[in-house]
Amino acid sequence: MTTTTAEPIAAVPPTKGTFWGRLPVLKQLRQSVGLQRGMLVTGLVITAIFVLTAIFAPVIAPYSFAQLRDASGPFGAQQPPSAAHIMGTTVGGYDVFSRVIWGAQTAILVIIIAVIFSIFIGIALGLVSGYIGGWLDRVLVVIGDAIYAFPSLLLAIVLSIVISGGQSSLWGGIFAAALSITVVYIPQYYRVIRAETIRIKAEPYVESAKMLGASTPRIMFRHVLRNATRTLPIIFTLNSSEAILTLAGLGFLGFGIEPTAAAEWGYDLNKALSDVTSGIWWTALYPGLAIVLSVLGITLVGESLNDLADPRLRGRKRVKAKAGAVSATSVDTPLPSDVEILEENAS
Amino acid sequence: MTTSTLPTDAPSVVAPKPKSAGGGLGRYLLVRFLLIFPTIFILVTLVFLLMRSIGDPITAAQGGKLPADQLQALIHAAGYDRPVIVQYFEYLGQVFTGNFGNTLSDNRPVTEVLITYGAATLELAFYALIVAFIVGIPLGMLAAYFRDRFPDAFLRIFAILCYATPVFFAGMLLKLIFSVWLQWLPVAGRATTRTELAMQSLPNKTGIYLIDAIALGNPAAIGDVLSHAVLPGIALGLLTAGVFLRLVRTNVIGTLGTDYVDAARSRGVSESRLVRKHAYKPALIPIITVIGLQIAILLGGAVLTETTFEWKGLGFQLAGYLASRDFVAVQGIVALLAVIVALTNFIVDVIAALIDPRVRY
Repeated sequence: MTTTTAEPIAAVPPTKGTFWGRLPVLKQLRQSVGLQRGMLVTGLVITAIFVLTAIFAPVIAPYSFAQLRDASGPFGAQQPPSAAHIMGTTVGGYDVFSRVIWGAQTAILVIIIAVIFSIFIGIALGLVSGYIGGWLDRVLVVIGDAIYAFPSLLLAIVLSIVISGGQSSLWGGIFAAALSITVVYIPQYYRVIRAETIRIKAEPYVESAKMLGASTPRIMFRHVLRNATRTLPIIFTLNSSEAILTLAGLGFLGFGIEPTAAAEWGYDLNKALSDVTSGIWWTALYPGLAIVLSVLGITLVGESLNDLADPRLRGRKRVKAKAGAVSATSVDTPLPSDVEILEENAS
Repeated sequence: MTTSTLPTDAPSVVAPKPKSAGGGLGRYLLVRFLLIFPTIFILVTLVFLLMRSIGDPITAAQGGKLPADQLQALIHAAGYDRPVIVQYFEYLGQVFTGNFGNTLSDNRPVTEVLITYGAATLELAFYALIVAFIVGIPLGMLAAYFRDRFPDAFLRIFAILCYATPVFFAGMLLKLIFSVWLQWLPVAGRATTRTELAMQSLPNKTGIYLIDAIALGNPAAIGDVLSHAVLPGIALGLLTAGVFLRLVRTNVIGTLGTDYVDAARSRGVSESRLVRKHAYKPALIPIITVIGLQIAILLGGAVLTETTFEWKGLGFQLAGYLASRDFVAVQGIVALLAVIVALTNFIVDVIAALIDPRVRY
């Protein structure tokens, strides 16, 4: 592992910068140029719309996600888009637009729970395993690799059967989906943090901390963890988008959340499958677009962060401007860095 | 499958330490081969424990439908009332002799289900990989050539869209456009009933429809099979195509900055020739390494694609067994897929090691 790659990146902004300038995403936003900035901004805007939709779902959606009738009578099934139902109604007689809006809330909740769980467990395992090493490390690596190599959707199916028996209420369903995603993604955080920990463990400042008599937990959390979190925003964004896709996949296979408990895009697409054959497009198109857009937004942010963290992929103008610093780093990495491998594998 | 390699000696065969570099190809292959066993062992154990933690499969399938005493009798007959640890070791023994149990709903050996439907999934994965190669590699080179200019941005958005679109949504859109509106291609299935019947009469059919249709020697049958394969192949293939595109782009850009490409550039080789001839081949090596993980993703995606297109493969069967709560079948298929994934990863790693000496640490 080369240690030189990290330093020039940190050296690019010559001053330390303000508090805002050092925040993860904002720093990259200022660092980016041209197309890269365009991609990052597009991603941030889409993601912001997604989050705002989730927060203000009760205000935006004209009906509740499980509403079948209003004052003027039942909505009717498979009604084409009209003034009352701008995206039509589903085969079950729900308003498509309302369910698309409410679906954002479900997706965000699942992401938050899944990512928080997997970050904490993954980081803890990675730190301990990487720093302490020994047989525990070896066993964890083999287990992590085994889970990592397995189709994540299948594992999520098995877990959702175990957690909820397949079908469940709002929170039961959300937790089932989130926990199944968690277990699948722990190995990713674990791998990255472990690799970073092993690299940092050999740094002189860790040696000196040991010499000064710092305790192992103190070194692990204060010296190693603080420096190992560099790649976390990237994995965080990539995992969030995968969480949406896994949730949708579970819903599509009938392991999602019941329509009366919450709106879930994958479930709606499953119900729309037979509509498509008879030419009914609105029940499939809108929930599908909602998935695509939310994943696209988050992925654009993650991709841009990843590119900006890699000197070989950062915008060319930037490379020219800092030719001295970057040319030194672009040669000594013949194989793709850990982040890249992870990023490619993640999709 | 050999029974001599007990999975319990797993921790001793963990990846070699980097400091023992230069062990050579033989040593690498041996270690890599031995690593298959702990992988399979861990996955099979995980699936077994998870599935058994919710109770026995018979209650899951029949609970509420049968009176309690009949249910108990069934559970006893199947041996599910014994301690879990006994069942576990019995299951492990069965797995290592290639017996994955019988399905509850239609009482067929899981291995037979795999042989019957595995061919269909294999065929779908093959089409998907072809689509991925045809779309991903040239476009990735193009993106690298136009780096940071408009076509690059467009292609990168395309790659992200490939990833961001769930295969079932892509499938439904393709179906809507090409089957329902334009009526160019069939809506679902692997072939028309007439072709399927004709292929049933073949003396030694493979289950891979393309091969069977060629064996029939009937051009109409081949066309029929291929026309059914187009949409599922594209839907699943685009998922991997996006990955290939990004990988080829990143690696071609990386190789374009190396000394030997600089040397060629200084001799006046044109930039497009540099991409096509010089930077292209080394950039393909990482593709071989990711194919291993792509196989896992393709298998996961196949479950969704097969459900979307009623493609009667393993994924379609799995979805069916899930719906009927036949957890013995689910456990068996998932465990078998674990074996397939472990084996393909091994093969891919061997190929990568043969091609690229840097891998044999």
